[in-house]
Amino acid sequence: MAYGDKVMDHYENPRNVGAFDADAEGVGTGMVGAPACGDVMRLQIRVNSAGVIEDAKFKTYGCGSAIASSSLVTEWVRGRTLDEALAIKNTQIAEELALPPVKIHCSILAEDAIKAAVADFRARHAAADPA
Amino acid sequence: MPDLHRDRAFPRHGRPVYLDYAATTPVDPRVARRMIPYLTELYGNAASRSHAYGWAAEEAVELAREQVCALINADPREIAWTSGATESNNLAIKGAARFHRGRGNHLVTLATEHKAVLDTMRELEREGFAVTVLPVLASGLVDPDVFAAALTPGTVLASVMLVNNETGVIQDIAALGALCRARGVLLHVDAAQAAGKVPIDLAELPVDLMSLSAHKLYGPKGIGALYVRRRPRVRIECQMHGGGHERGLRSGTLPTHQIVGMGEAFWLARESMASDNARIRALRERLWAGLSRMEAVALNGDAERRAPHYLNASFSYVEGESLLMGIKDVAVSSGSACTSASLEPSYVLRAMGRSDELAHSSVRFSLGRFTTAEEIDFTIARIAQVVARLRDMSPLWDMARAGVDLSTIQWAAH
Repeated sequence: MAYGDKVMDHYENPRNVGAFDADAEGVGTGMVGAPACGDVMRLQIRVNSAGVIEDAKFKTYGCGSAIASSSLVTEWVRGRTLDEALAIKNTQIAEELALPPVKIHCSILAEDAIKAAVADFRARHAAADPA
Repeated sequence: MPDLHRDRAFPRHGRPVYLDYAATTPVDPRVARRMIPYLTELYGNAASRSHAYGWAAEEAVELAREQVCALINADPREIAWTSGATESNNLAIKGAARFHRGRGNHLVTLATEHKAVLDTMRELEREGFAVTVLPVLASGLVDPDVFAAALTPGTVLASVMLVNNETGVIQDIAALGALCRARGVLLHVDAAQAAGKVPIDLAELPVDLMSLSAHKLYGPKGIGALYVRRRPRVRIECQMHGGGHERGLRSGTLPTHQIVGMGEAFWLARESMASDNARIRALRERLWAGLSRMEAVALNGDAERRAPHYLNASFSYVEGESLLMGIKDVAVSSGSACTSASLEPSYVLRAMGRSDELAHSSVRFSLGRFTTAEEIDFTIARIAQVVARLRDMSPLWDMARAGVDLSTIQWAAH
């Protein structure tokens, strides 16, 4: 299978690989997928006091499309509020990366990762999140 | 004698190192040279009995038949040409099951067989046959006691491959064949990966039907053969009708150039198998020595009973397709779901008890006649580089290094 250009770009030059301390102030961590499925994404967001995601990091175990989907997501969530981040749909990710049908599930997992990260942030910072 | 290795020097700009010989092989230049005259000059139909064009084709076909027999110690009357091992598997299994339906309807095979066997068995199940698919041990070998217990009075045929295409594991066909003989069960062996890699002596091995392929052995794609034993006589039902070629076993005009190619490939394999294997084994050991220096790398398949050409390894915490994507300059294959059309991880590795995660992280390296030490060293360096990069990006690697037992995690899979 030939890989799309944007997928290759994210694979060769992934954005925002890394980790925050999951217990640190303002951090939300979402881990989705399972090794048995061949896809595990960990997405972390750091949210400022205004409720805007100011930084994001990811690590992914998965194919090139999964890596690209999660890398793209770290770019897209920056500068968004939590609700704006939740509005990101997998279809937008798939379209941006030109994912073939067999790889659409990677974009779904990336959307799930955003939801998991936001949910984790809200659970940890129930008082601090200006909804 | 041309220097076979000089032209395959490591890696020419733009051409990846080829370590996927189990998938297919380049046609040996000596084989290609022998084939070409049969396309443009000696193009007669071997069934044309009345003129020199036909006689020349027939002569070439019969010589090729002898060449194939020489590699496996068979009689020329026991060889029928087919379009490849897939067709041979279909012919052997469907042909034997349908012919012998009167005396039984039970078939036995292993979970690690090629799809050409498993899918054929499934088709026969739809026709009313009962099929037992046996598990294998972690080594990939079938337990002979388990095999024997599966053979019932109603069992007509068992099918077991000699060398596995994913792991290179060599089944003990001599022992399994003896068990079949004792119980009046026919034994079919898929030897597509085995011919030319391990010695095959059909005067000794109690095998009734054997599938052979040319393109795994530096011959052209689209040609194979089925061995059908004469003593004792094995009867099967023809599957391809229309003219009665190949003693009524398989109709269709013989592709002379293809057959010449297969014959020459088998002849060359007989000449060079011992020296090829010694060289390849040393290169495979070199590859494993390099790869096993990395952390968390596991070998899949029996360490001893394995053909020298194969190395199937799992690189934990790194997914197979992303690894292959990173080593575009090395051609290999993976047992990862992402590389298969069905999105299922390798059923062969799962049958060996490998976890899904190890199957997803697996890579099959298969070496061949033209593999060089430089290619091996290059591959080791590239793999090490890409594995390190991907592990730095892997949340599983983070967790493993932090001492987390991944088997205890509740994964939020969707």
